[in-house]
Amino acid sequence: MSGITFAKALNEGLRRAMERDPKVVLMGEDIGRLGGVFRITDGLQKDFGEHRVLDTPLAESGIVGTAVGLAYRGYRPVVEIQFDGFVYPAFDQIVAQVAKLHYRTRGNVAMPLTIRIPFGGGIGSPEHHSEAPEAYFAHTAGLRVVSPSNPQEAFTMIQQAIACPDPVVFFEPKRRYHDTADVDLDAEPATDPRVLPMGSARVVRPGTDATLAVYGAMVKTALDAATAAADEGISIEVIDLRSLAPLDSATLEASVRRTGRLVIAHEAPRTAGLGAEIAATVTERCFEYLEHAPVRVTGFDIPYPPAKSERHHQPDLDRILDGVDRVLGRPNSLSGVPADGVEASGGGDEHRA
Amino acid sequence: MQRMPTVSLLDSPLPVPGSDDDVLRLIGPTGERTPNSDLDPWVSDVDDDALVRMLTDMAVVRRVDLEATALQRQGQVGLWPPLLGQEAAQIGSARALREDDFIFPSYRETGVAYCRGVDMLEVLRLWRGAALCGWDSVKFGMGTAQIVIGAQALHAAGYALGTKLDGSDAATITYFGDGATSQGDVNEALVFAASFQAPVLFFCQNNHWAISEPVRVQAHAPLAGRAAGFGIPAVRVDGNDVLACLAATRRALDRVRSGSGPAFIEAVTYRMGPHTTADDPTRYRDPNELDLWKAKDPIARVEAHLVSRGHDAEELRAQLQRAADEMAARLRREVVQIPDPGPLDLFDHVYAAPHEQLERERREYSLYLAQFDDSARFEDNPGGPGGKDGAAAPQAAQDTEVAR
Repeated sequence: MSGITFAKALNEGLRRAMERDPKVVLMGEDIGRLGGVFRITDGLQKDFGEHRVLDTPLAESGIVGTAVGLAYRGYRPVVEIQFDGFVYPAFDQIVAQVAKLHYRTRGNVAMPLTIRIPFGGGIGSPEHHSEAPEAYFAHTAGLRVVSPSNPQEAFTMIQQAIACPDPVVFFEPKRRYHDTADVDLDAEPATDPRVLPMGSARVVRPGTDATLAVYGAMVKTALDAATAAADEGISIEVIDLRSLAPLDSATLEASVRRTGRLVIAHEAPRTAGLGAEIAATVTERCFEYLEHAPVRVTGFDIPYPPAKSERHHQPDLDRILDGVDRVLGRPNSLSGVPADGVEASGGGDEHRA
Repeated sequence: MQRMPTVSLLDSPLPVPGSDDDVLRLIGPTGERTPNSDLDPWVSDVDDDALVRMLTDMAVVRRVDLEATALQRQGQVGLWPPLLGQEAAQIGSARALREDDFIFPSYRETGVAYCRGVDMLEVLRLWRGAALCGWDSVKFGMGTAQIVIGAQALHAAGYALGTKLDGSDAATITYFGDGATSQGDVNEALVFAASFQAPVLFFCQNNHWAISEPVRVQAHAPLAGRAAGFGIPAVRVDGNDVLACLAATRRALDRVRSGSGPAFIEAVTYRMGPHTTADDPTRYRDPNELDLWKAKDPIARVEAHLVSRGHDAEELRAQLQRAADEMAARLRREVVQIPDPGPLDLFDHVYAAPHEQLERERREYSLYLAQFDDSARFEDNPGGPGGKDGAAAPQAAQDTEVAR
C-alpha cells in the first residue's frame, strides 16, 4: 500500500493478527470507540466487536494482570499502555508475573502477551509522556523487548510479537507515528524471506568507518547523520537493532569487526542504559578489533525535562556526528578535555602505580 | 449555645473488622447445628458420611501442616507457611468447586490444593526450594502459589473474563487474606471484575493477622463491607465452620455461574500458627487471643457435632489419626527423596522460543562446570555435574567450540 503512516501500518498489523487468530484480544484505555489516543486501534472494535477490543478501567496493573489471567485461559492479549510514563503501575505485574510465569511453571503456562508502549519524546508533551523506559524491561529475564523504526517493520513486527510464544514489550517510537512510507501489506511475517526474524538487527546503511547502533525513533536521525557524514567523506554503517532483548550481538560484532569503531545513540538516560550493555558486549567480544573505545550519545541522566528543553536532551544529528568524530579521533566537542582524573594523576601508567 | 450536630460516620461505633459476631454459621464452636434458611438448602445433600469426609480432609491437611513445620525444623524444608486454624475455610470452599473451575491461590492454600488432588509432596517441592511451583497449573486447574500479595486476584478476574468470552459456565475463585485487601491489585481486580461482570468469586480468608499486623491496621470496618462499593454482593461467613463455608461458596458460585457477575466472601477465621516458620508471633500476639480461637477450632467442632449425633468419639478420632499418620509417614519418607534440580536446569523454560543470548550463558556455564572434578565438588548434589547435566557438559563444550 503506497504512502501509509507508521500508525496505520500498526493498525493493519493488528488487524492481520486478529484475523489470523481468534484468541487475539486487544485491551487498553480508550482503544475501543476512540481508537486509542494515537488511533492505533482505529476501527478495530467496530470491525471485530467489543469482545475482541476491550476498553478497560483506568488501572495499568489491572490491565496487565487481567491479561495474565486471559493468557492462562489460552488467550493472546495485546495490551496498550497509553504512554511510556504510565507503565510503572503495571511494573510489578510485568516483571513479577508476566516475565516469570513460564519459568515458574516449568513451561506449563505460556504468557504470549504483547505489551505495546508508545515511547520517547519529541512531541512537546507534558511530563510522563516522553520517557524511554526500555532498559528496565531489557534487564528483566523472561521478556523480549523490541522496537520497530519504520512503517513496514511496524506492520510485520507487531504481528511477529503477537505470534511469539513469549511476552514481548513492544516499544513504538511515537514521534514517528505520522511518518509515511510505502508498506507491502502482502509481506507474510512467518514466511516471506524479506521479513527478518523479530530478534534480528538490520544493517540499514552499510559503511566502513564506524558502526552506529540505534533503535526506534533514533534510526531516522542516525540515517540523516550518516548522509551528512558522507558529505565529509565519512562512511557510517547504521544498524537498526530492532530487538533490544535479546540483542543480536552477532550482527553488531560482524559490523564492528569491519569498521573498528562503535557509536551507540539512544534517547534514554546513559547510566545502565542499552548503550552500556552494547558497549560492554562488543568490547568483550571484539576488543582486538576496536580502534577506539565505544562512544555513547544518549539522553542525560536527568528526569525527562520540560518540552521546551527536550531538544537539548534528545540526541540529534549534530550530537551523533560529534560522537562519530570522537570515535574517529577527529576534532570534537571534547577535544583537549581530559577524561576525569587521568591528567591529575599524570597518565595511565602512573595512575595504576 | 447551639449544640453541634453529630457526624454519625465518625461518632457511631463501627463494627470491628475482626469480629465474628455477625457471621453466617451452621455448626457453632461447641458442635451445635444452627438452622439457617439461606444456607441450609445449599448443603441439604451433606449427610454424616459427607461431613466425616470433610472432617478427614481437615485432619489430614492439619497433619500435613504440622509435618511440614517439623520438616522445616529438621532442615528438610526451607520455609513453611502454616494453615493451622484455616482448614475449614479452605476445605469447605474448595469442596464446593467443580473440576472445570479454576483457582488462583495465595501461598497458604495447602488445603485447597489437597482438595484439588495435588500431591502434597508437590507442595513441599516448592517450600523445599527445589522448584518455584510444584504442581502443573493446567492439569489441576489451580494457578501457582502466589507470593506477591494480592497479585493473583487480577489473574482471576482475567481468567474469568476469558471463561465469559468462551461462553463457559465455569467459575474462577481467588484466595487472598485480610492483608491483601489493602493491595492495589485486589482493589483493581474488584473494579475489573465488576466492570466486565466476570464470573469470579473473591474468597478472602480474614485470618486476623498479616504477619504482625492485626486486621485493624488494614481496615476499620468488616472487609466484606468493601465489596458493596464495587457493586459486588458479599457475605461474612464463619471461616471455622466447614459446613457454612461449603454452603456459602456453593451459593456464591451458583450466582457467579448464572451470569450475575462477581461475588465476595469474607471467611472470618484465625491464623493459629506463625505467618511462616521464620515468624515469632509471641512478639506481637496476646496469648489469650489464641486461647479464644482454640475454643473455636474448626476440627473439634465437627467432631463434637458428629458425636452429638451418635458417632463414637474414640472410633472417629482413631479413624482420623490413621489417615493423618499415613500421610505424615509418606511425607517424611519421600520429601528427602525430592532431587535438587541440575545446574543447567537453571536455564530451562525462561523462554518458550529459542533465545541465543541465554543459550550462550548456558554453554559458558557448562564449560565452567566441566573444569571441575564433579564428584569432589558436587558430591551432595544428585543433580550436579555428576548427574545428567554433568554428563552432557563435554558435549556442550564441543558445541560451544563449533559455535565460536
